[in-house]
Amino acid sequence: MLIGKPPRVPSGEITDEGMYLNRRSFLRAGIVAASVAATGWVYRKINPTPEGSQSSVPLADFAIPTTQPTAGQSAAGFTVDEPRTSFQDITHYNNFYEFSTDKESVADAASGFITHPWQVSVSGLCRKPRIFDLDDLFKIAPAEERIYRMRWDGFSLSMLLKRVEPLSDARYVAFQTLLDPARMPNQSSGILDWPYVEGLRMDEAMHPLTILASGIYGRQLPPQDGAPVRLVVPWKYGFKGIKSIVKIDLRAQQPPTTWSAAAPDEYGFYASVNPSVDHPRWSQATEQRIGVGRRDTLMFNGYAEEVAPLYAGMDLRANF
Amino acid sequence: MRDPRFAKFVLLINGAVPLTILAWDAYWGQLGPNPTNDAIHITGVMAIIFISLTLAITPARKITGWNWLSHFRRMLGLFAFFYALVHLSLYFAFQRSFSLIGVIQDTEKRPFIFFGMTALVLMIPLVITSTNGMINRMGAKKWKRLHQLVYLVAISAAIHFWMNGKVVGPGQKIFAGVVAALLGYRIINWQSAGTRKARASAGA
Repeated sequence: MLIGKPPRVPSGEITDEGMYLNRRSFLRAGIVAASVAATGWVYRKINPTPEGSQSSVPLADFAIPTTQPTAGQSAAGFTVDEPRTSFQDITHYNNFYEFSTDKESVADAASGFITHPWQVSVSGLCRKPRIFDLDDLFKIAPAEERIYRMRWDGFSLSMLLKRVEPLSDARYVAFQTLLDPARMPNQSSGILDWPYVEGLRMDEAMHPLTILASGIYGRQLPPQDGAPVRLVVPWKYGFKGIKSIVKIDLRAQQPPTTWSAAAPDEYGFYASVNPSVDHPRWSQATEQRIGVGRRDTLMFNGYAEEVAPLYAGMDLRANF
Repeated sequence: MRDPRFAKFVLLINGAVPLTILAWDAYWGQLGPNPTNDAIHITGVMAIIFISLTLAITPARKITGWNWLSHFRRMLGLFAFFYALVHLSLYFAFQRSFSLIGVIQDTEKRPFIFFGMTALVLMIPLVITSTNGMINRMGAKKWKRLHQLVYLVAISAAIHFWMNGKVVGPGQKIFAGVVAALLGYRIINWQSAGTRKARASAGA
């Protein structure tokens, strides 16, 4: 019978209870530590920390030195007296779906984007259509400093438009971003109809606040902010500021725009900042200002005095 | 697993890891240029992950035969509610500036907020009845039926997430796919159980 047989393991080799418990708690501590490390790792994958700052070539390296606004220009909205968004935030929190739909990933995804050589063709209803090499484009006018909470360096779009001499029936200006899925990887995704297109009415395009920017904070525009040249319309929502422009076309009819084509109920052609007209899915009454906090949205983003006359008599609810 | 206490403890610690890192990041200013949005987003994602894990227990148990997995379901569900509550609180504080009226208006006007709110509200009875005492008081059958609300929670959360972005990104698609798979598994299971029952009664 097996029962009653003495243990085969000599008693000296049996782990004593204290050590057994010790080993067990050691093992358990190890399990806790390893699982916490694994969970932390997964969490970091889902929510990475922002990357370090990325420098870019000074604007002076390739363009005419930036000019300061005169007192009169500052009073006309060229400069706002508000805290400026930090360079770090401007270059690491970007809406640029050609590279990524994640604002914090754009800088990384766009880092190798080459913008030389680059041409911008200006065509359509004008007397002198032409293709500008980047250097010729920047010779049109010196880069001016504009502080629209961010410091942009560029010149009024009107200066370029005057150069090509618009015809009287040119009522709209259409813009187009580069189409090159090899350089703009997210263009291979079907999230939007590429290339990105935008448009302005001629009077909006000719307004002195509307600029073609090639720099920020005195430096060359980094790729994630729309290098080498982008539109800035300070009284409109951000998506009107088309980036990495290759084509400007003067037209008699209102041109299609990417977001209003993708979601006509949600995005209109005008897209002027307006706290009383909500986006169907979210309120526009307040805004989150990067680095500052939330505040009530201002009509025309604070530029009502300068631009409200452009829309006199228009129903802004219908023309959102 | 004879004694799940240690395993539950490990789960408890790990469930608190995201909140701990979030608090750490917030303290050190590591949440990026739009920190409140980042915190709202990540707590929502955590809620969604815990809802998925809660729903994954039953299929995982049936497929692997590891019945001890069911020990973790309650805690996973409570974590889902916890992160959803933090998510709502952050939205209430930072996006609606503690305005209850603002939240109510948002819920009325914006379908995506409505679905998020629905998911959270439907979790409340599940949390209240999550204790052993409540299971006994209600009876297993009734309790089980009530807790089928979790399917509506998952669907509402998926719609909420789907509608929230300007475009539907990979995260939204993954979660919708996971919810569809987890609910699809149950539908197939019920159907085959139904046919088995029907066959059994036909044979009798």
